[in-house]
Amino acid sequence: MGISIENVSKRFGLFQAIDEVSLEIKTGSLVALLGPSGSGKSTLLRMIAGLETPDTGRISLVGEDATHRSVQERNIGFVFQHYALFKHLTVRRNIAFALEIRKVPTVQIKQRVQELLELIQLEGLGDRYPSQLSGGQRQRVALARALAFQPQVLLLDEPFGALDAKVRKELRLWLRHLHDTVNVTTVFVTHDQEEAMEVASELVVMNKGRIEQSGSPADIYENPNTPFVMGFIGPVNVLPAHTDELITHHSKAETPHSAKEPAHLFLRPHDILIYLEPGEDRIPATIERVIHLGWEVQVELSLTSGQTLIANLTRDSLEELQPKSGQGVFISPRRIKLFSGVAA
Amino acid sequence: MDSYRWNWQVFWNTVDYGGEQYYQWLVSGLLLTIATSLLAWCLALFLGILLGVCTTTPLKWVCWIGDIYVEVFRNIPLIVQMFLWFFVLPEILPPSWGNWLKTGLPFPEFYTAVFSLAFFTAARIAEQVKAGIMSIPLGQKSAGLAMGFTLLQVYRYILLPCVLRIMIPPLTSEFINIFKNSSVALTIGLLELMATGQQVNEYTFQGMEVFSVVTLLYVGIALVVNAIMAGIEERVKIPGYLEGR
Repeated sequence: MGISIENVSKRFGLFQAIDEVSLEIKTGSLVALLGPSGSGKSTLLRMIAGLETPDTGRISLVGEDATHRSVQERNIGFVFQHYALFKHLTVRRNIAFALEIRKVPTVQIKQRVQELLELIQLEGLGDRYPSQLSGGQRQRVALARALAFQPQVLLLDEPFGALDAKVRKELRLWLRHLHDTVNVTTVFVTHDQEEAMEVASELVVMNKGRIEQSGSPADIYENPNTPFVMGFIGPVNVLPAHTDELITHHSKAETPHSAKEPAHLFLRPHDILIYLEPGEDRIPATIERVIHLGWEVQVELSLTSGQTLIANLTRDSLEELQPKSGQGVFISPRRIKLFSGVAA
Repeated sequence: MDSYRWNWQVFWNTVDYGGEQYYQWLVSGLLLTIATSLLAWCLALFLGILLGVCTTTPLKWVCWIGDIYVEVFRNIPLIVQMFLWFFVLPEILPPSWGNWLKTGLPFPEFYTAVFSLAFFTAARIAEQVKAGIMSIPLGQKSAGLAMGFTLLQVYRYILLPCVLRIMIPPLTSEFINIFKNSSVALTIGLLELMATGQQVNEYTFQGMEVFSVVTLLYVGIALVVNAIMAGIEERVKIPGYLEGR
């Protein structure tokens, strides 16, 4: 087992940052800790690194108890949101620094630095200083630096948070490929569900210091266990369970964890089908607004009971429907989930 | 002032007894000012950096040592500190130590001046080091620790190299200050530049010439220090970092 976390708790003053968390991370996997700010994801990552110590519980790295080991003894690579490159050193020396401190022979250091510069595709920029690089380049240097002494575990704290949207997208893909190449157990923290799903092979969704659900991106998206997860991963419509028009649909709704008092219905926008003609199970609705987002079209619908919903249309159904605001249509939910409690 | 008779030749006049020329007094004063200040500066820089680092460590009691030191030495006027070291310390120490300070120690006014200047300036440098370290993003320290550095190595290789670069402008001021402050040592009998100037004045009554020259010498020292520090700043400059400030 790569990383094993058992019943770990951490409190900052009155704030319970981590509440009895247990988690197993397999060697070589690429895991995303996903959650809103204040959910405890960064604290958990910093505890794995040894930058914070848990109040209770155990953390093991590669089968060895590391709870009371210092950061230096854990052999981890850590990448910070704001790069934290050493500004007074060149790119080359930034990468080499951890090896120099460990008294690795100079020839070996040179070779390793060269390898890493090639890996991050910055061969020509070894003699630049961090302030002479772009944000994306700096973050790649930070990654190379973290990988320099071949860590057992690579930890990244919101690694793409400070980059602009386009560079972020490129680096996500690049990280994914990098992981395939170096294959080190990797954990990264993000609040961006799209980023988590795109990069990670496993997601751990956190909220209020606890793990809500963990699993593959597809599994979590398709089968969320809690209203929080359903609301946090992907867009969702939330309606009161007693919404008149949908009462008949209760019977086919999925109720994960046998919710005792189903309080809300959850529908994904792409699970709402829109028709021009009435039919079995179809509910009348009015189109309030049509929102063109380029790659897709969103339709804001209102039910006769006054509830509003957002539905997504594919380009094909858009051609067929030609939706206009004020138009009367009929909708049929493909999939509904019933949860007691509310979404994120 | 109408009756004042300017005489710039006064510095080449020979002292009535002893056979020295007055300019030689000023030169010896200047050399003593430089020696006192440079020695005090080295001590102050070392002690100031050490104390500044202390005030930022995670160890509470180490922080307190630094903070208490700064408060004590920053808040007492330099002249009072010199008097305390020179006149009071020998009296409150055990008699044998006190006697050694009064009679055994060669050149006591010199060493007292060096140490009190150093202790005083160290408090100011410590504050600047502290501010410098606090201005560096916390990520730098965490990054160092995560890379396997010890806390000592983090300070030695990551924080201080940046802090000392940031600090060059305020350090230049302190360096100049220590030369100017060394003139206070005339009150404990050190024959530094200001004291020898006064002496020449008392012998010749050509105060205008004498203190003009003394003033120019202090200004000259300041300009040289400034040039040296600017040279150092240029040499250790990192492309793109702290530029254009």
